[in-house]
Amino acid sequence: MSTETVHHTALTLADHLPALQVLVPFIAAPLIVLFGRRGIAWPIALASSATAFAVSILLLSRVIDGSVISYHMGGWEPPLGIEYRVDAANAFVLLLVSAMSTLVLLFARESVEAEVSARHHALFYSAYLLCLSGLLGVAITGDAFNVFVFLEISSLATYVLIAQGSERDKRALTASYDYLIMGTIGATFFVIGIGFLYMATGTLNMADIADRISEQGSNRTIRAGFAFIVVGVGLKVAMYPLHSWLPNAYTYAPSMVTAFLAATATKVAIYVLLRFVFTVFDPGFLFEFNTLGYIILPLAIVAMFAASFIAVFQSDFKRMLAYSSVGQIGYILLGIAMLSQTGLTAAIVHLFNHGITKAALFMAVGAFVLTAKGSFYNDIQGLGRRMPLTSAAVVVGGLSLIGVPGTAGFVSKWLLVEAALENGWWPVALLVVASSLLAVIYVWRVLEVLYMQPTPDGSTVQEAPMSMLAPMWIAALACVYFGLDTDVTLTAAATAAEGLLAGSTGLQ
Amino acid sequence: MVEEAVRDWEFFLGHMNYWLFIVLMMTGFYIVVAKGNLVKKIVGLNIFQTSVFMFYISIGKVEGGTAPIFPVDMNIDPAVVYSNPLPHVLILTAIVVGVATTSLGLALIVRIREEYGSIEEDEILKIEKEIALQEIRLHSEVMGERG
Repeated sequence: MSTETVHHTALTLADHLPALQVLVPFIAAPLIVLFGRRGIAWPIALASSATAFAVSILLLSRVIDGSVISYHMGGWEPPLGIEYRVDAANAFVLLLVSAMSTLVLLFARESVEAEVSARHHALFYSAYLLCLSGLLGVAITGDAFNVFVFLEISSLATYVLIAQGSERDKRALTASYDYLIMGTIGATFFVIGIGFLYMATGTLNMADIADRISEQGSNRTIRAGFAFIVVGVGLKVAMYPLHSWLPNAYTYAPSMVTAFLAATATKVAIYVLLRFVFTVFDPGFLFEFNTLGYIILPLAIVAMFAASFIAVFQSDFKRMLAYSSVGQIGYILLGIAMLSQTGLTAAIVHLFNHGITKAALFMAVGAFVLTAKGSFYNDIQGLGRRMPLTSAAVVVGGLSLIGVPGTAGFVSKWLLVEAALENGWWPVALLVVASSLLAVIYVWRVLEVLYMQPTPDGSTVQEAPMSMLAPMWIAALACVYFGLDTDVTLTAAATAAEGLLAGSTGLQ
Repeated sequence: MVEEAVRDWEFFLGHMNYWLFIVLMMTGFYIVVAKGNLVKKIVGLNIFQTSVFMFYISIGKVEGGTAPIFPVDMNIDPAVVYSNPLPHVLILTAIVVGVATTSLGLALIVRIREEYGSIEEDEILKIEKEIALQEIRLHSEVMGERG
């Protein structure tokens, strides 16, 4: 052992950015519990989330040109050690997650005050930070088993957060329990898939697995692993028939939790799917090609229609948005199933755009819940005049959800149609447009309730406080900004798509 | 014919761990889906997860391999075959995750029992349906009035 030379290069703090990305919120979480003081929990949570946001901006600025940062955890060389690997695709996801988390935390203070009992606040913010660091960890790691561990950290924290809605509605408990059962089945399927990959390749580093799979080609073990991973991650993504946990979980969770989950959790799961489908496996394989073409593509289209259709008939604003989320995930999966540069770019852009849109809308729901004590259409009718700023944010978010030109939703749907036409799939392009019409109906229903109906007599509802309006409007304005200036998102998404596709051969 | 049958039989016996993994996995999965009692579902989930532990540990087995412990003086004899310890380590992590999931699930059941007075799925669903009906009734009353 003594003959071994130890390389000891001095690392600056900047070299440790990938580790800090995950560790800052991860260490802040137990700190909050240790201090145990209610007043200090929120500032710590906000500070660590803002730090993570700053780190993610630095990381994205380093990899936007297509380069890759490889960070060796604890100095152990991959493939034996755990590697954190940052490229354009996951830097983009990291930015989305940490930005949304910071925004939602700014919004959270009053909302949590009203919806969660005071003695749980410290633990609540601690669970929130664990969830955040889990999601960031899933996005940043380059080790397949590490993905599972972070996925479970974030999932367990999510179950706890959803259950906190039980003070307003006891159904939050059963929603959380259902999600726990479904989520654990999903994660276990995922870990079985990783086991098959390990059997076939003898390594857990994703880049290494990819190399060995491309060397030895496809075999039955790898195909079994692929199937398990797609189903397992599909549960987390809420891919259409596996989505049944989502509507209840989103409806009964505290408002800020819903805003955070809708903007980030499913998006991170989609990133995992992208990473495995494109980087680890090779979409050139017939099996995978067929899975995407004959299973995911039809399911995505069914989701676009079925979930949007159900959303039309909801009488709860929050539940309507939850179903709309299932539908919007359909668009993202559709982009992935197109297996082309444009399709993948559309999927990644929509992932981002839908994240900010839903964050804005769910924050508006939070404001309604705070002031009008509910999000049912009978609670919010006629509030367009009483809460003009919140309602206007709903208008902007709703337009972006439909995909009206000038909003972020338009950019991604336009790309999606373009990708469909590029593949010569004009019926699919028509379906994208047709399903957007369903979005027009369900958004219109909300706007009608808000603006066209009289405020009930004796209503004393006031506009939401500034601390809620500001983050809500930042998200709403972001919807408009990214609809007009598409440079940033399109460049990042195109680089990310290129990076993901570079690893896979056999694509036309 | 006979030779083939013998070979099949040997393949079957030689992969006993994996067959048991499949049986255990499907048993657990069936319990989660089919049972209406929330605690039984958690037990099913546990069996389901345990089957995966068995699967991983089976992967680590190297034929003729011994326990992966190096001698104290670190003089490693290259002729000695060691079993692969990595899957075992991975499964330690997965066991911790399993314990956390089980305890969280049981804690939720305690809270559900406090609120609903039952841990049977069908009874809980009945209560929830009742709440949902009331909500819709209130909604249509208020929204109908302005008609």
